[in-house]
Amino acid sequence: MASPLLEMKDVRVEGRTGEAWTEIVHGVDLTLHRGEVLGLIGESGAGKSTLGLAAMGYARPGCRISGGAITFDGIDLRAASDATLRGLWGGRMAYVAQSAAAAFNPAHRLIDQTVEAAVAHGAHGGASAREDAVALYEALRLPDPGEIGFRYPHQVSGGQLQRVMTAMAMAGRPDLIVFDEPTTALDVTTQVGVLKAMRDAVERFDTAAIYITHDLAVVAQMADRIKVLRYGDEVEEAETRAMLDAPREDYTRSLWAVRSIRKPEVTGGAVQLAIKGVDAAYGTAKVLHDVSIAVPKGRTVAVVGESGSGKSTAARVVTGLLPPTSGTVEFDGEALPPTLKARSKEQKRRLQMIYQMADTAMNPKQTIGEIIGRPLSFYHGLSGAERRARVADLLEMIELPPDYADRLPGELSGGQKQRVCIARALAAEPDLIICDEVTSALDQIVQEGILKLLMRLQKEFGIAYLFITHDIATVEAIADEIVVMNQGRVVEQGPKSEILSPPHPEYTELLLASVPEMDPDWLTRQTEGA
Amino acid sequence: MTDRIAPTPEAAALSDPAVSVVGDARVPKTWRGRAWTTLRSAPPTAVFGMLVIAVYVVTAVFAPLLAPYGEAAVFPTPFDAWSSEHPLGTDQIGRDVMSRLIYGARNTMGIALATTVLSFLIGGGLGLWAVIAQGWTDQILSRVVDVLMAIPALIFALMLLSIFGSSVLSLILIIAVLDSTRVFRLTRAVGMGVVVMDYVEAARLRGEGLGWIMRREILPNIAPPLVAEFGLRFSFVFLTIAALSFLGLGIQPPLADWGSMVRDGASMIQFAPYDLRMGLTPFVPAGAIALLTVAVNFVVDWLLHRASGLKE
Repeated sequence: MASPLLEMKDVRVEGRTGEAWTEIVHGVDLTLHRGEVLGLIGESGAGKSTLGLAAMGYARPGCRISGGAITFDGIDLRAASDATLRGLWGGRMAYVAQSAAAAFNPAHRLIDQTVEAAVAHGAHGGASAREDAVALYEALRLPDPGEIGFRYPHQVSGGQLQRVMTAMAMAGRPDLIVFDEPTTALDVTTQVGVLKAMRDAVERFDTAAIYITHDLAVVAQMADRIKVLRYGDEVEEAETRAMLDAPREDYTRSLWAVRSIRKPEVTGGAVQLAIKGVDAAYGTAKVLHDVSIAVPKGRTVAVVGESGSGKSTAARVVTGLLPPTSGTVEFDGEALPPTLKARSKEQKRRLQMIYQMADTAMNPKQTIGEIIGRPLSFYHGLSGAERRARVADLLEMIELPPDYADRLPGELSGGQKQRVCIARALAAEPDLIICDEVTSALDQIVQEGILKLLMRLQKEFGIAYLFITHDIATVEAIADEIVVMNQGRVVEQGPKSEILSPPHPEYTELLLASVPEMDPDWLTRQTEGA
Repeated sequence: MTDRIAPTPEAAALSDPAVSVVGDARVPKTWRGRAWTTLRSAPPTAVFGMLVIAVYVVTAVFAPLLAPYGEAAVFPTPFDAWSSEHPLGTDQIGRDVMSRLIYGARNTMGIALATTVLSFLIGGGLGLWAVIAQGWTDQILSRVVDVLMAIPALIFALMLLSIFGSSVLSLILIIAVLDSTRVFRLTRAVGMGVVVMDYVEAARLRGEGLGWIMRREILPNIAPPLVAEFGLRFSFVFLTIAALSFLGLGIQPPLADWGSMVRDGASMIQFAPYDLRMGLTPFVPAGAIALLTVAVNFVVDWLLHRASGLKE
């Protein structure tokens, strides 16, 4: 075999915490041949992005590559001067970031940004670079390739922007592209198209790529080989098929942990919450059209849909933050006043909410004890020792040690923060909790823990959940009933088994078909089917 | 209820060696411990600033003990030269300059502090109200502030002072109201970033009142820029008062203050060819103003730097 394009040996990266340097990648080896795609997978904090950037000889501000050797096509990247590296970046090496929207300059046309690096590196003159960009747009299946480049970033959709970014990376015909979670921010139905376009483009130009993601099903479609990372160490590396069929390590298996939870479906019962014929609008833009959803007591109703489907807006109507323009919300058979102001304290207490981002849902200046304790004093008038004892009880319920009451939210991990948010909702002793994408920002293993906790609490206290999510795996795991929403309308509602088995309405079919499966041939089948 | 505390996967993650290093560097729990850690990390300029401010504050508080003579005591010789009896000489009607300088610290700084505190109460309170209430409340408050800011502050202050008379009380009220416009804008701007946070929405959903959301949810999170602004505004108010006094509409005699001391002593510069030290006399209160302004700014710079999280 020819000598590899990229060879990393015992690479170590350190990050600065205060005055001290802490090692965050502990000596990882990586080899990549021309035309090969390597998937890097692991939880957040595993060091995947750091390693991906190190492959380009780059360390983020506050980080440094402290050991090992990185050789790219015979060039020692650790010894290379900044000028050499700048010559490689954007030319022979390119990077595709997670958030395309943040990576584009909103003030320039897409085509100018696409060709900028290629022209700067002298690969093309301006005119031929533009022609080439149009060819790339076509290869990436962007609609109207001749014209789309003359739009500004805000005039195209998120999925299109991500493809333009890939075109930008390919413009210099790089030997290596690092994709850093390029589809994580996209909806499932959009993701399929972007994945197809990226895979075809990489194959066509015989580019080597490092594909970073936390979603094993996605990496299965893209990569020839997969490397699993954890806490900056390599767990295992194997050919994609071999790894999916027989992962050597337990840790690798746990990466698809959520897919193994199955809550037995229970349906029926008295209605806790009923949304009846609700229309709602932001200003003049109508976002909900005649939405009706019923949540039975002590059950979980999952609302699924892509971003913009109106599922979060429905939650805002239920909480009273957005009064509906018509229709009513009934709680326990009683109509709730449309505005938050008009609702009684008791009505507010019985309906709690948990947010997607636990980081922003807790005041960073209050201790965990204050955060959980506030609803206790506010709704139940507890104080002093009584309140402290109850806070300790609640911490135990969410499986955290009682001394966490003195900590600040910044001292907790992502999953622990979400647990504290659950405890805060629980402190009010509600009948219904609205969970707005509560697991979307978390890693698979942590998700599993949170979902199991929610299920246990439901069993113990009979709380009903209105569970809003875009993730079908999560829905399969915990829902009793499912509501599918699209563009502000309810497509269908019914028991889980009924919704997930055919026949489906057209949109449900599309949504379910778009969820990547743990099968390397899935994307190919999708392409052929389409 | 569970009868066991199972280690959660996240807890296991935290006990991992790579992560626990971060855990070891935990900030001290007590308020005092944190303050001490912060102070020790202060750069030399900030330490200098804090020392100067401390000296000024001590001087202001213990003025009657430190000053050799009374604030308004008149001696027979006006424009007396520097001597052991009058370390900085006497002014145009024979008052001891040294004593007036010491009492001036008290008046100028006391009034400036009262004014700044008042302007923060007005501007900060209204700013937070605008942030939380939004809609019409925000619009009306912001436009009133725009109108006030459109008029040059010093000229507006001069006009108001000549209408209402320049008592200490009206001085404080007028400057505080005019200055609160800037505090309002800052509070509103930084508050806007905090009010959209989910924890504020969570407090609203819980049914918390305006006061709680202002004091407990928003204020602690916008405190660093406000504290830094407090220092800056204090400097500006201090300079405004000195300027107004120099123009004769600020602090009125016999109260001593540095601005009017500069004005009253200005003519002494002409003595410089004959007695250099006497010529320098008006520069002493001017220097006192300058030094305090610089010191406050050093400290504020440091606070801003910390608040913005920038490294050197």
